[in-house]
Amino acid sequence: MSVTQLGMPKVFHGSGNIVADEPFPDFARRELKNEQLRANLGFATHTIRSKRASVVGELPDWQELRTAGSEIKQRVMARLPELLEQFEENVTARGGQVHWARDAEEANRIALDLIRAEGAEEIIKIKSMATQETGLNEYLAEHGVGAVETDLAEEIVQMGEDKPSHILVPAIHRNRTEIRDIFLKRMPGVDPGLTDNPPELADASRRHLREKFFRTGVAVSGANFGVADTGTLAVVESEGNGRMCLTLPDTLITFMGIEKLVPTFEDLEVFFQLLPRSSTGERMNPYTSLWSGRTEGDGPQNLHVILLDNGRTAALADEVGRQALHCIRCSACMNVCPVYERAGGHAYGSTYPGPIGAILSPLLTGVEDRSNNSLPYASSLCGACYEACPVKINIPDVLVHLRGKDVDARHGKGEGGRKRRMPDQMDAMMAGAKAAFSNASLLSLAERGLPAGKLAAGRKHRISKLPGVVSGWTQYRDVPEPPAQSFRHWWKKNRQNGTRQRPAGERADVEAMIEANAGLADELHERFAAEAEEQQRAADRAALEAKVEEKEEVQAGVSRELDAGGDGPRDTEAGSTEPERPKPAAEKIARAASEEAGPGSDLSDKGPGRADPEPKGNAPMESEEER
Amino acid sequence: MRIALFSTCIVDAMYPRVARATVDILERLGHEVIFPPGQTCCSQMHVNSGYFDDAYPIVKNHVQAFSEWDYDVAVAPSGSCVASLGHQQPMIARHAGDEATAEAAEDVAGRTFELSRLLVDVLGITDAARQLGSYFPHRVTYHASCHGMRLLHLGTRQSDLVRTVEGLELAELPDIDQCCGFGGTFSFKNADTSGAMVADKVANIESTGASLCTGGDVSCLMNIGGALSRKGSDVATLHYAEILASTRENPLEVPASAPVSITEGK
Repeated sequence: MSVTQLGMPKVFHGSGNIVADEPFPDFARRELKNEQLRANLGFATHTIRSKRASVVGELPDWQELRTAGSEIKQRVMARLPELLEQFEENVTARGGQVHWARDAEEANRIALDLIRAEGAEEIIKIKSMATQETGLNEYLAEHGVGAVETDLAEEIVQMGEDKPSHILVPAIHRNRTEIRDIFLKRMPGVDPGLTDNPPELADASRRHLREKFFRTGVAVSGANFGVADTGTLAVVESEGNGRMCLTLPDTLITFMGIEKLVPTFEDLEVFFQLLPRSSTGERMNPYTSLWSGRTEGDGPQNLHVILLDNGRTAALADEVGRQALHCIRCSACMNVCPVYERAGGHAYGSTYPGPIGAILSPLLTGVEDRSNNSLPYASSLCGACYEACPVKINIPDVLVHLRGKDVDARHGKGEGGRKRRMPDQMDAMMAGAKAAFSNASLLSLAERGLPAGKLAAGRKHRISKLPGVVSGWTQYRDVPEPPAQSFRHWWKKNRQNGTRQRPAGERADVEAMIEANAGLADELHERFAAEAEEQQRAADRAALEAKVEEKEEVQAGVSRELDAGGDGPRDTEAGSTEPERPKPAAEKIARAASEEAGPGSDLSDKGPGRADPEPKGNAPMESEEER
Repeated sequence: MRIALFSTCIVDAMYPRVARATVDILERLGHEVIFPPGQTCCSQMHVNSGYFDDAYPIVKNHVQAFSEWDYDVAVAPSGSCVASLGHQQPMIARHAGDEATAEAAEDVAGRTFELSRLLVDVLGITDAARQLGSYFPHRVTYHASCHGMRLLHLGTRQSDLVRTVEGLELAELPDIDQCCGFGGTFSFKNADTSGAMVADKVANIESTGASLCTGGDVSCLMNIGGALSRKGSDVATLHYAEILASTRENPLEVPASAPVSITEGK
């Protein structure tokens, strides 16, 4: 399992913005206190979740599509070196240039050299996970080059000097009042009367960016897919800002993780079905751009691709973990994750938050890099991520696998093992439990202590404070009163096992019984399904309604504070001084979770980054899925 | 038939009443129940905490305990522990380089059923009131535990059986597919996030107006019940096996903390 065995090539781990500096539990503790964040996330994840579920449910072959996606990616990983060379050959043959970068630093340096060669002082960017991972913007700024994010949500994040918290909806933690505030403070030439009406915010952004698109000579993008047999690159986005960046400037530099390959052009059909439904809950993606090399007199004339390793080959060397490289950055796993929903994306400390981040970040950096070893524990292992993943990455299995690597490393075993440290309380608890669970007589003896626990519970019949490592349990819950005796002891007194072995003739034919009852569970289900499902929908709708109300309550509070504060922006037009008037919750939900929502549907009070670019436009202003 | 009960460690030590209810139901159907005495735990706590080496002797113990007795099927009143047998035990044995135990673990796991699957798919139970005499005149909500739902694909077996209990009224739980926040050692390693999850679960349970919340895994129910208790709520938790075991002749006494209104059944 170790990747640093003798005779194996040296493993290069990744660097850049993929390492948590603070353990997840500590960061999460602070984030959980942010009511605004909780309310925004609760609403946004519930909304996207239900939208995704409804469009996924429409496809009868969804499971087959997932399998196809997973198998294509498995084939890519099995043949990665060969496919990468094929890709390079085809890009080069079509007039592009391919650069290979081992880590974040190298990729940034290559990009800077290319930008300097063009004499550019400012570049425009399409939202890209790869350049966030390498910290390109910060690197360029240090070297005197400005980078302008053209995706609305990324622009909000950049202007707010903030970090993205979701890979698809980077400003999911912001609401429109906060966005108005950021724009008024940071956007050059902004109308001082700007309200927090989403179309107005989008329009302000549009006017600001349009000028940048026309003026800037170098664009940097990521890539959702690279096609080995044609050298084609693909970017999937929703706002059209990507299309602008890919066509207007003379020079285009594309960062692509080496795992982004698909073998053939035909393979794209699978992912173009999986990606939009999983990520934005749309049936089809609004702006899908494909380019294969250079075309004389049309579009960028200098085309560069920077292939980024940054720990991907280290992840590939991990037999269990390598499936994390199948990820197409759709973000479905975060939208369904109960941990992400509460703690938010920043708590993961990496460009990649949520369940996929909890495995990908430590795989790229090595599990023992700074606080990345806290990430595999940031999950209750509920399995919702695996169920939602369009390429069937078994995230819970990889999380457990990485926990095993972490424990080994902390005990001085395996890859990257630190110096063996003194056993801690967790080790002691596990060692004690191991002893009892390996030997029923010992466990039986331990269970004789139950009456003592019963005594400790006292007259209230509960234990409200536990010591040490398990004290976290009683921070939020009681422990029930233990029973007077274990089941084992009850059995011993009241029942007797028959003989160990029986004559073969006494054995039941279990398979035949199961055969005879085939379909019974479905029949039972059908008996109640109609009524139960209708009631379930009503219950869920009520829960979503509560989320909307909670969000509005918190937001109204923030707005009142801002408007009353004096230094906060105010609406100047008499006719529009009530931006906070809440719409009836039911109406919002009907729109937000509309099962009929098409690509142009308005997500109502959708999170930032999902505002409509034009009041009557039909392209929702989502961020692009990837990069 | 002869059914071997795998009580699971947490039921054995903390909720013996759930194992007794399981025995009760199966004996009522005329089956012989045995309790392989060597059993302890499925090893899931160790595996999920990353202690693979410590998990290995526990896996070996379980496989031996359930291989040395002759039975037709084994049953456990837990989705999570049953899932762990097939999903994790062979992996742990292989991690230790013990292929023989891995294969024996697969064999034991293949013969071990979660209770609702045993009742419906093997024993053909689809009407608890008629076939088991189940009677429980209370308004109850039901929490679907993640591992039963996503690893064992139990579907609605548990709640469907509960619906067929005489006198019982089932109130749908909003966001039923949401984890309660237990997650084993997650509950104290990430106490704050786990606490936020169970707080939302408790709020959803209370919104149903039910006085009881049932489910198929006592670990989740201990988490939910512990949070309800801390909040001073009147809602109590109980395993669905306890509901199925309750009859007109021998009705289950509802925990004292539950409000009086629960006696208003049909």
